[in-house]
Amino acid sequence: MAMTVVEKILSKATGQSSVKVNDVVEPVVNVAMSHENGALVINQFLEVYEGTGLKPEVWDPSKIVIIFDHRVPAETSKTATNQKKIRDFVAKQGIKKFHDIRGDEGGICHQILPEYGYVRPGYVVVGTDSHTTSHGALGAFSFGIGATEMASVWALGTVLNVEVPPTIKVEVKGKLPPFVTPKDLVLYLIGKVSAKGANYRVIEYHGETIRNMSTSGRLVICNMAVEAGATSGIVPGDEETIRYLKEEAGVKEDIEIISPDANAVYEQVIEIDVSNLVPQIACPHTVDNVKPVGDVEGVKLQQIVIGSCTNGRLDDLEGAAKILKGHKVARGTRMLIFPASWKIYREALKKGILGDLVDSGAAIINPGCGCCLGVHQGALGDGEVALATTNRNFKGRMGNPKGEVYLCSPEVAAASAITGVITDPRKGGR
Amino acid sequence: MSKVVFKLEDDISTDVIYPGRFMATVLPTETPQFAFADYTEFNSKLKNKEIPPGSVLIAGNNFGCGSSREQATSTLKGHELTVVAKSFARIFLQNSINLGLKTVICPGIEGEVGDEIEVTHDKVINKTSGKSSDIIPLPSARQAIIDAGGLIAYTRKRLIEKHKK
Ligand code: SF4
Repeated sequence: MAMTVVEKILSKATGQSSVKVNDVVEPVVNVAMSHENGALVINQFLEVYEGTGLKPEVWDPSKIVIIFDHRVPAETSKTATNQKKIRDFVAKQGIKKFHDIRGDEGGICHQILPEYGYVRPGYVVVGTDSHTTSHGALGAFSFGIGATEMASVWALGTVLNVEVPPTIKVEVKGKLPPFVTPKDLVLYLIGKVSAKGANYRVIEYHGETIRNMSTSGRLVICNMAVEAGATSGIVPGDEETIRYLKEEAGVKEDIEIISPDANAVYEQVIEIDVSNLVPQIACPHTVDNVKPVGDVEGVKLQQIVIGSCTNGRLDDLEGAAKILKGHKVARGTRMLIFPASWKIYREALKKGILGDLVDSGAAIINPGCGCCLGVHQGALGDGEVALATTNRNFKGRMGNPKGEVYLCSPEVAAASAITGVITDPRKGGR
Repeated sequence: MSKVVFKLEDDISTDVIYPGRFMATVLPTETPQFAFADYTEFNSKLKNKEIPPGSVLIAGNNFGCGSSREQATSTLKGHELTVVAKSFARIFLQNSINLGLKTVICPGIEGEVGDEIEVTHDKVINKTSGKSSDIIPLPSARQAIIDAGGLIAYTRKRLIEKHKK
């Protein structure tokens, strides 16, 4: 039977010759990722063992990854205590893929997984974070789960009761015009299908635009697949995936590619031609409230944010620095930059990108989730408006329900920083 | 019979149900105080125990979208609310099943705060308006977790079976 890429991955992970939509399966997990919410996972995990007489030991410590990113360094004693609890657990259980608050190995979970080559094509990846969809960029079936479900994975090594999801094929053609990026593509797609349009479904990306896209760009479009409700986004592995894993992530082993069958059945096919795509903006307070930049030009901004697991990579910082170079961030607007990992931070430092951004007036924040979820740094004041390269603009997301968040690409953010209002980067930031 | 105590629109995110700034609080015993924290009036009613267990919250499509934070489930479970929505976001629905928060998928749900609601095995009946709407049943695989009393109990059972082998 012809299968989509996720059906193929799930049949392999369950030892079946084939699976079909709506089958209930229990796939074996290759990577189980958590961050600070690991504290809750530990709590639930220990509860599973209560009264069983069994020693609480995770099924396979080599498959568990824990990364501190959401609130680093800790913003409250409560967070610090949770982090301490996790450190103790990690040591006790022999979990080696642990990324503490360190310049030589830290960063946002969705950057660390690819950066360290933890994810491979064909893997089943689960994470206690909704943007775990990101890792479909490397050809894995990767999705977010809750803390209790993760506790179950830690105990059993499988995800219970997964229903094989239907797949939506998104076929993208054309060359992205200057100053138009994968972020604009995915915002456009979310605007088109709506915040729930892909609920319980997988988005499988195809087409020449995707084949020509770097892994960094693929991470953006898979990261935000969840904003259309998708269980996962996936770009079937190809030469670029192998290049990225070998050259950038230092993977030595052979990499097997899993591709969908040519006659696989898709629930829906969406075709997009990006040749004439313009920069897109998601307006408050839902990610699917997407408009072309021209419709919101001139909106006054108090805070501009470049960073997050969506757009905090080297090419994002580079693109922004290029636009900002020789210009200043407008007075009355603050620009906060948080690179997605310390590796990116070091590279941007070496290339002089961070220096240029600082010269322009941007404030560099330590790698981590930073202001993205509004608990740690960069909260908005009442009535303030932010423009961010992050992935969510829900009410209260940046720490204040009386603030507003617009979402965009790094290029739009940089051009807007110069003017202090939402600006089309194609017109230059002046 | 239960009363509708809160009504919400489409696309209510977990940031609204349980704002990110309270995420350092993780234990299910401690999260209920922050339910809908930015809806201060409803939040104080919950905290002051003015909302009886079993009360109904009705919502539109895609309830619980956004972050996977389980606090958004445990905070509502702590008040024993029943959520009747036109549809739910995937992770939120799974978390609810895992933790035993009562969620009812009812695409035709209509009602206002104060309405009397009865949830049967296949229908939601609004006694005040007289309108009844069908429930979409949970897939049987999910029902197994509910029947076991939640995912912790279900996993425990599976773990014991695994060790017997
Ligand atoms: S950067 Fe934002 S979206 Fe990404 S993992 Fe952190 S909090 Fe979540």
